[in-house]
Amino acid sequence: MNKRVSVYRKEHFNAAHRLHNHTWNEEKNYEVFGKCNNPNFHGHNYELVVKITGEPGADTGFVIDLKYLSDVIKSNVLEKLDHKNLNLDVAEFADLNPTVENIAIVIYNILRRKIDEKFDLQVRLYETEKNFAEYPAS
Amino acid sequence: MGLPLQKFCHSMLFLTRIEHFNAAHKLYNPQWTKEKNETVFGKCANENWHGHNYELHVTIKGKVAVDTGFVINAKILSKLINEFVLEKLDHKNLNMDVDFLKGKMCSTEILAMEIWKQLSPHLPAEVKMHSIKLYETPRIFVEYFGEE
Repeated sequence: MNKRVSVYRKEHFNAAHRLHNHTWNEEKNYEVFGKCNNPNFHGHNYELVVKITGEPGADTGFVIDLKYLSDVIKSNVLEKLDHKNLNLDVAEFADLNPTVENIAIVIYNILRRKIDEKFDLQVRLYETEKNFAEYPAS
Repeated sequence: MGLPLQKFCHSMLFLTRIEHFNAAHKLYNPQWTKEKNETVFGKCANENWHGHNYELHVTIKGKVAVDTGFVINAKILSKLINEFVLEKLDHKNLNMDVDFLKGKMCSTEILAMEIWKQLSPHLPAEVKMHSIKLYETPRIFVEYFGEE
């Protein structure tokens, strides 16, 4: 019998960013990214949902201790992103456009190194209530 | 054919329109040192800005017009909020890009008060502003009811 269960931890952070492609001129950036290209930045309240899939342990009943998961997210992701300017303050976005897609990938890559390989990991990131990304795509 | 004697119902009603914008800002008092700003405002003082999805609730009060059944046409209220508030704030840097916030602290409190000032002169004469409720995050919001 398949006993695999997914558990989720929600966290949130807020940050400034702008969408900008360094290899394009200003006109093309504005044409493609519109007001998201504002050189003075804008910002969002991001909501992060981290999904861990595995079998509940016989002794704890936990797939993973969600307090532990929360601590891992806080110390590795939120410390890096919360109240930051994604373009200026976060090394991963020095040459990477901080779209909700790319932020989700960056968060996944950070967490994948910290979460035991026996677990499946997926990251869902809301930029607004209406716009969100999931990585890896299922 | 005389005009109706009573154009409005007697009851006063509130009508609220909810709108959204997102923006960058920082909490930083230029009169203070960097150290004092960091002590008072913590990570909100990040010189490179951070940002929020703001949710704005504009509540107006008035009597219901008999012919329309409206206090105000909510579509008209939405257009006024868009023209006089959202156009100036959405996808902007509150400290740098907004004329009516120049020289002011960009806290949620000040922003709510300034939104009231921007919008209230443009409301139709038959309604009055009741409150501006402004969410900075789903967990932090302010309400402003105008000058006492």
